[in-house]
Amino acid sequence: MIKVLLFAELQERAGKSEVMVEADSISVQELKEKYLLKYDMADLLAQAMLAVNEEYSEEDTVLKSGDTVAFIPPVSGG
Amino acid sequence: MERYWITPQPISIDECINKVVRPEAGAISTFIGIAREFTRGKRTLYLEYEAYIPMAVKQLERIGDEIGTKWPDTLVSIAHRTGRLNISEVAVAIAVSSPHRDQAFKASRYAIERIKEIVPIWKKEHWEDGTKWIGDQKETISYVENNKSAKEGQSD
Repeated sequence: MIKVLLFAELQERAGKSEVMVEADSISVQELKEKYLLKYDMADLLAQAMLAVNEEYSEEDTVLKSGDTVAFIPPVSGG
Repeated sequence: MERYWITPQPISIDECINKVVRPEAGAISTFIGIAREFTRGKRTLYLEYEAYIPMAVKQLERIGDEIGTKWPDTLVSIAHRTGRLNISEVAVAIAVSSPHRDQAFKASRYAIERIKEIVPIWKKEHWEDGTKWIGDQKETISYVENNKSAKEGQSD
């Protein structure tokens, strides 16, 4: 299982803060295409940074079962 | 003693100051970001902050490490609030101590600018006529470039 975390506007659009995906050895890009399209948030995902296991990462990162991937909309702290 | 934290509780700058005060320091520079009522003429009723807490703490620590590289002999503490904030409540507090004032001034400025680039915290404006999640406040660099700089600067 791969845990997907959603924040801020992404979370509101999806209607949930977390999605569990039954997958292994899959790139973030593939995860978005195969499992996240149904949430109708591709425009927001395209603007988001991403983190794998709490470190900034890239679309071609291969996710393993047990990993956590977070999509990080443009930040606005401070 | 943890010098970086995210909390739903009200923040006092004194907490940050207490974590960086030390005999070697001759200066402590502080910065406080507070909830603003009017932005470009539009009235905010209150703000709401959300954070990806474990990663946000790591990114705050990373900013402290970056400051330590740029200005050796500095010590940094940063606290950021989450949840609902009324107007003028403290959203972020930063304290930097250093032997001499110049490093402390520069480092505290650097810290708030980096927070706005790389720390996973989001602000939601609540107005009289609606709400909006705010993003990319600096608007000085594209988000693609920002992602790249966030990744390149990682310590591991």
